[in-house]
Amino acid sequence: MTKRERRQFFTGLGFTSLWIVGLGLFTAYPVLASLYYSFCDYSILKSPVWCGLSNYTELFSDDLFWLSLKNTLIYAGVSVPLGAVVALSLALLLNQDVRGRPLFRVLFYLPSIVPLVAASMLWMWIFNGQVGLLNWVLTPLLEPFGLTPPGWLVDPAWAKSALIIMSLWGTGNAMVIYLAGLQNVPRELYEAAEIDGASGFRRFWHVTLPQLAPVVYFNVVMSLIGALQIFTQAIVMSSAASGGTGTEMDGFPARSTLFYTMHLFATAFYDLRMGYASAMAYVLFLIIAGLTWLATRVSRDRLN
Amino acid sequence: MRSVVLTAILLGIGVPGVWADGADEGRAKVRVSYWEKWVGPEARSIKAVAEAFNRSQGRIVVEVMTVSPIDRKTLVATAGGDPPDIAGLYGHNLASFADAEALMPLEEFIRRDGLTPEQWLERYYPVYQRIVQHNGRIYAGISTPAMITLHWNKTLFREAGLDPERPPRTVAELDEYARKLTKRDPQTGEITQIGFLPQEPGWWPWIFCRWFGGELFDGERITLATDPRNLAAMRWVASYSQTYGAEALARFASGFAGQMNSPQSGFFSGKVAMVFQGVWYNNYIREYKPGLDYGAASAWPSASPGIDDFGMAEADLMVIPRGAKHPQEAWEFIKYVNRNNPRATRREELEGSELLCYLQEKNSPLREWSPFFAQHHPHPYIAAFRELSASPHAQATPDIGIWTEYQREVLNAFTRVRLLLETPEAALASAQQRLEKSWARHRRSLELHGQIPTKKGALAP
Repeated sequence: MTKRERRQFFTGLGFTSLWIVGLGLFTAYPVLASLYYSFCDYSILKSPVWCGLSNYTELFSDDLFWLSLKNTLIYAGVSVPLGAVVALSLALLLNQDVRGRPLFRVLFYLPSIVPLVAASMLWMWIFNGQVGLLNWVLTPLLEPFGLTPPGWLVDPAWAKSALIIMSLWGTGNAMVIYLAGLQNVPRELYEAAEIDGASGFRRFWHVTLPQLAPVVYFNVVMSLIGALQIFTQAIVMSSAASGGTGTEMDGFPARSTLFYTMHLFATAFYDLRMGYASAMAYVLFLIIAGLTWLATRVSRDRLN
Repeated sequence: MRSVVLTAILLGIGVPGVWADGADEGRAKVRVSYWEKWVGPEARSIKAVAEAFNRSQGRIVVEVMTVSPIDRKTLVATAGGDPPDIAGLYGHNLASFADAEALMPLEEFIRRDGLTPEQWLERYYPVYQRIVQHNGRIYAGISTPAMITLHWNKTLFREAGLDPERPPRTVAELDEYARKLTKRDPQTGEITQIGFLPQEPGWWPWIFCRWFGGELFDGERITLATDPRNLAAMRWVASYSQTYGAEALARFASGFAGQMNSPQSGFFSGKVAMVFQGVWYNNYIREYKPGLDYGAASAWPSASPGIDDFGMAEADLMVIPRGAKHPQEAWEFIKYVNRNNPRATRREELEGSELLCYLQEKNSPLREWSPFFAQHHPHPYIAAFRELSASPHAQATPDIGIWTEYQREVLNAFTRVRLLLETPEAALASAQQRLEKSWARHRRSLELHGQIPTKKGALAP
């Protein structure tokens, strides 16, 4: 390194030093500290006491760990593909040359900027078993078959489905990204396909989708990471449905909406078991990293 | 030169008189920070009491700040070494916070004031004595006490041909009244009004076990599934779903779930005729259903042989977090809020606990009530709440360090039983199994940190 390069290096370091200090203090240190705590009996107020792998071994015999993981994987497994299909379908529709297109785009994007708590309160009313909008629509449709709509948030068989339906509310972000991707598909590919006699569906399947593969990959991975960390809407809905019992982290009703991050949060901040919660956080990190790796591996050929 | 003068003025050096006054005041007064969770009438009342305390002496200024969620913020602030001087925790926080060594025990302060801890405790009703203690040590004073009892809608009682002045006296009567007070849509058969719903409001399903005479914890072992009276309580819960239909009840209740703070609540909207609620309910009735003709029972319907004065107590607590900067001054305020003027015959003479409970329209946790407080209390049923407070059978949250987990387990078991997803036996057994593991782990943790003797009998290093 020449003298000039060294000076440039230190100048650069000087300009980025604030960020480096911030990253070290507020991100790197907590991440590493929580890794250490995951091997300790630690309640935040008492000094951590090393307990080896016992937090991790206990995790695997904790039936609530498995239940919360199962609930989370079911939620992610349904909401991510469903969200991708809905977002892509909306993007395709909004990519059509129709009157008032900018207005429609705004309308479909708007829900994404509504804060999650506010949106949850709104959906709570939509899912209300007696006076909810959804059941108001469903009741006359189901009546001829002698069926009644479910109580949604108070019914363990339907509460997760309600949250999955609600997750579609926030597809606006993914929709905008798909829309940007669609505009980048070269027109000549469509023209060539048309000359070859490809139908609308075949053009979508053989031109649009392969061209959008990197965008689909990005959206799916981001949604997967978000879905595995579902938290706010679940606790707001769980709390409201249970009547605000103070046990909102328990996934009311009957733990049907007990998601991984809720179990983690309750363990850390209600039960004051920070060491165990840190172990849970690292396991979730490994699960997310593993699934992201899997998604990358599966889609590698298409991406290339 | 001009800049030096300007700087001096800006720093306050140019106005020594004003600056010195401020400094004198700062030196003379100790500012005690008090974090409280409530907003609305409760917050206004506690602020009024703090102001009364501030006026009553010249050395301490209590500054009330509304903080939410109080338990987590207190926890993090205490861990960070900068807690408030007083934190207004929930009663159910006490055991876990004390086991986490987050709180200062109060016996030393009490002794310094010339009282023994026993004399201090003796001033409270027995149920409140238990609420301020964990493992036999006193960790808290009481800010907002409450008793919970059966509230009934007198108008609906009249419509059903029941005596509106006579609440049910036994569980059998409660069930019978509930049947008489239940209405269905003649066309659809859907429930349109119900006499009683075990899940309304659903905040304390564990109390049903205590009500039926069951123990949740015997001081050593978890007894949720091993005490047959707990099983009897859960069977009673299941009987409602079996009688009216679990799905029909859930659908009916979903219309007003979580609507306690609104006119749509089950009780205010006339959809539920009887409900267990606290002394605070009168404030809500005034706000959301003014003029509602209701009653509050002076005891729960008898569910256990020989016990006809059962009641449930709750309390919000004032604690001194470990690391508080002004513990002695914090204690002075806690002491003020936990005493009264037993001779008060006028509103202006009310002090401490009674002033706060008068403003909040709640019962006092202290045995001795002043003539004014007892006779001119704004709550129309305060006599019933006084009777409940004095009951030797009044129950509160069990004193166990894993109560947060315990509460969640009971709620889950209760929900599964209520929805007929599991038998009461199976639901309690699986909760018991998890709780036994949690309790053993909690004990191990206390041993690891040297808070209880290890199995070998020595405290860990």
